[in-house]
Amino acid sequence: MLQRSGRMLGLALGMTGAAALVAGVSSAAMAEFKPQKPIEFVVMAGKGGGADKAVRFLQSIMAKENLASVPVIPVNKGGGSGAEALVYMKGKTGDDHTIMFTLNSFYTTPLRQPELGIDITTFTPVMRMAEDTFCLWVNQESGIDNIDGFVKAAKAKGKDWIMAGTGKASEDNLLTDYLNTAYGLEMKYVPYKGGGAVAKELAGKNADSTVNNPSEQEPFFKPGDASNKTKPLACFTPEPIYDGVPTFKEQGKDFVYFMQRSVVGAPGMSAEAAAYYQDLFTKVFNSKDWQAYRVKQKLQGDALSSDALMAYWKKENEVHRGMLKEMGEIK
Amino acid sequence: MTVRTAELLMGLAMAVLSGYFMWKSAELPIMWVQGVGPGGGAWPFWLSLVMLLSTLWILFNWAFRIGAIANNEEPLFEAGMFTPVALVALALTGCIALIEGIGIGGFKGIGFYGALPLFIIFYLKVIGSHTWVSTLTTAIVVPVLTFVFFEVLLQISLPKGMTEPLFLPIYAFIYSL
Amino acid sequence: MMEIITLLGHGFVVALQPLNLVLIIVGCAVGLFIGAMPGLGSVNGVAILLPLTFLVPPDGAIIFLCAIYYGAMYGGAISSIMLGIPGASTAVATTFDGRPLAKQGLADKALTAAAVASFVGGSISVVLFTFFAPPLAHVALTFGSQETFALMLLAFATFVGLGGDDIAKTIFSICIGLVLAAVGLDIITGRPRLIFGDISGFMHGINFLVLAIGIYGIGEMLWTVEENAKAGGKSMLSEAVITVDRIKNNVIELIGTWKTMLMGSFLGYFVGILPAAGATPGSLMAYGFAKQMSKHPETFGKGNVEGVVAPEAANNAASTGSMLPMMTLGIPGSPTTAILLGGMVIWGLEPGPRLFTSNPDFVWGLIASLYVANVFALILNILFIPAFIWVLKLPFTILAPIILTLCLVGGYAPTQDMHDVWLMLIFGLVGYLMRKLDYPVAPAVLAIVLGPLTEPALRQSLLISGGDPMTFFYRPYSGPIMVIALILLFLPALFPLYRMVTGGGKKKASDSA
Repeated sequence: MLQRSGRMLGLALGMTGAAALVAGVSSAAMAEFKPQKPIEFVVMAGKGGGADKAVRFLQSIMAKENLASVPVIPVNKGGGSGAEALVYMKGKTGDDHTIMFTLNSFYTTPLRQPELGIDITTFTPVMRMAEDTFCLWVNQESGIDNIDGFVKAAKAKGKDWIMAGTGKASEDNLLTDYLNTAYGLEMKYVPYKGGGAVAKELAGKNADSTVNNPSEQEPFFKPGDASNKTKPLACFTPEPIYDGVPTFKEQGKDFVYFMQRSVVGAPGMSAEAAAYYQDLFTKVFNSKDWQAYRVKQKLQGDALSSDALMAYWKKENEVHRGMLKEMGEIK
Repeated sequence: MTVRTAELLMGLAMAVLSGYFMWKSAELPIMWVQGVGPGGGAWPFWLSLVMLLSTLWILFNWAFRIGAIANNEEPLFEAGMFTPVALVALALTGCIALIEGIGIGGFKGIGFYGALPLFIIFYLKVIGSHTWVSTLTTAIVVPVLTFVFFEVLLQISLPKGMTEPLFLPIYAFIYSL
Repeated sequence: MMEIITLLGHGFVVALQPLNLVLIIVGCAVGLFIGAMPGLGSVNGVAILLPLTFLVPPDGAIIFLCAIYYGAMYGGAISSIMLGIPGASTAVATTFDGRPLAKQGLADKALTAAAVASFVGGSISVVLFTFFAPPLAHVALTFGSQETFALMLLAFATFVGLGGDDIAKTIFSICIGLVLAAVGLDIITGRPRLIFGDISGFMHGINFLVLAIGIYGIGEMLWTVEENAKAGGKSMLSEAVITVDRIKNNVIELIGTWKTMLMGSFLGYFVGILPAAGATPGSLMAYGFAKQMSKHPETFGKGNVEGVVAPEAANNAASTGSMLPMMTLGIPGSPTTAILLGGMVIWGLEPGPRLFTSNPDFVWGLIASLYVANVFALILNILFIPAFIWVLKLPFTILAPIILTLCLVGGYAPTQDMHDVWLMLIFGLVGYLMRKLDYPVAPAVLAIVLGPLTEPALRQSLLISGGDPMTFFYRPYSGPIMVIALILLFLPALFPLYRMVTGGGKKKASDSA
């Protein structure tokens, strides 16, 4: 770094003049941030889960395309539904080399555990990479073909209808509660450790339904395949994901729900560093590999950064506050 | 201290620990919840209770001198055995405390790569009475190999505390390759 | 049958391509090294090297990662035997007899036994994998939380005889392990629990490695320091000699343990297949069964080579087994296979029931590479034995700080939190004192490994059944497993009772206190 910056200095001096001419007082005039040591990429979940896979994929894109001059190293801090990661990030206030990959537990965990003292508006918004989608799934051999059939079957079974999901007060739990209220059901929610386990419980007929992400449930479903073990009935998206599978909106329930997959910087990160990471993840977002991954994993949601991302957090935080209140998890 | 006394103290300490576990577990429901099964704190609570009962059993054995340990009046450490063990335990504790500090006086610690050589030098020179050549060789080679293996090959970064600025040129060199 | 052999033949063509062969050898060596470090296991190796694999085509990439996985499973035994520190949960059972063997100067015997048993376990399971994948996948799919709980109970039951003579202290040890396993988050209510002193480091729970490295690493070193002082500075960490003749004799002697090897391989494979179980319960159960089957159960834990053979055959067989649900169903059987699965998605493959038909080259190339990786892992392992033995011949006062360094780094690496290093030190110091007072420590380590699998399965089952405890007996798979587990659990208690009734109760009632 020392030798390199020495070499770069002359070049940079020459460039500054030109840049000032071209860019005027825009962001280019800001002192350039360059990482000096490996970047820590905190994951709010354990190894092997959906978020972890996404982070390792992002890491591999950066390594392959040589986007960052230092290694980006994933660190799993999955304890307490992400509470551990949030507390850790708070402790890293002002650090320019720590970023985090978040889910919706970014909202729900601080809301449910106010004693942690986490204010998510202090975190530095970097980039929303995608929004993961949700669908309602049942077993292929259940004989249920649409929402009406589902409601009828679930009503008949009452409290014995098992909905498998990942964790208590998680995205899956919120969706289950929504369905219970919207259709007057009494489904029983059983938490499992991850989306993969949930998918398997449904395929093995140990659960009656799930509200899984397509990416987690797809080992057991491919449109038109004869060996499918599970099938989607409807999706919580604005537009259909699969041909012939409606959205809840089309079924008369105006309900759309996503899980954010965003990159967050430590609270109090310098503006220069934030700009660096925004630029870095813009490149990653636009890479061919990430775009292909988004299609394959049925991810939606455009890139969103800085103020727009913060506004999105504030909005979503209020949405989740309302949902948790309804659920009785918070007052 | 005799083995018998140590057995009593350990039994009492573990009984207190079991009680603390029970109290802490009771923050969540510990009884059977209708239609759900055991509450969130039930598993640790009732197991801690079994722990407590087994410590009481151990203390009962102590009081009535049942079993070899409860009858052992020999010292816990034979003559001259306590010092070497305590020295190693203290050196290790000191080493860990130096890595990241213990939050006193804003001391940020001297990191793994500062504390490890000190620990190795202490162990080889003071405890092992080795020559300076082998002491210093070990004190340099072990941290360097640790750095190469963990930081460069496995990309696990170890805490560096206030020695961090010293590593920036090393990183710059490695990543310019 | 013929079709499978033809497909496997094609697979070998893929696996034996020069690039893939190099990847297998390098992967085995890297895995062996990572596995041999206390604190690092296959999951670290695979996670860390995943991004590197984007430089090669997908079949080469997965072959490389599987070779690392395999190598690490072999390597785990090395730290268990030589240092007495299990490098990963799968190698816990290997320490029980591997460590005493090493202390008796038979480290070469234990290492050879581990390598050969791993090879046998790995090979048998690959053959089983080749011919019986789809029907077994179906069974694995129907396993729910009731079956998982029954299986965990069975694992505990096989270990009834593992404690010391003091029943009170054995019960204490099991319970403290189970309680420590409950620290962190209650998955059913989503609430934090047992966050001692509100320290955030407890939020991620207590990793089994923290306890294992604390007790077996730091505690054991303090123990050795004391012995060393008694022996006037001459005591060795492991006595070891190595010659070609000795290795040859060791291998010949191992042939006598073929029954244990077969038992370990089959048991490990079938338990490994079950999603969520992974390789750890399989290796523990294999050890327990080997002891119960043995004519001399009292020699277990004191350096019986069958106590090394059983868990090592089982954990390698289980690691292949846990690839079965990954490949055929797209669901991971262990954290390592979860990451492999992530890799497969990234490389553009679709794991799941369709993988065998949509990417036959990939699947059969991978299966063939498992055969090849097994052979190379065995060769590398045997070749490295003299090097490991040489290291242990260093003077104790040089070796001790190096091993303690490994413990510190190994305690830090899995969670990257100094909190765990402190906790490890406390476990080490308290564990050392407890050992002086004859508290058995192995039950606590087992409990902290199996606890996080057992409690959620119990609670999920009860939640599903609406709180009906009979749910475990109603289902076709969990019912019989449950009955066997209960019989095994209560057998030691019933046995003396039976003898008393029949009047033959004068003999000391079994050793299974």
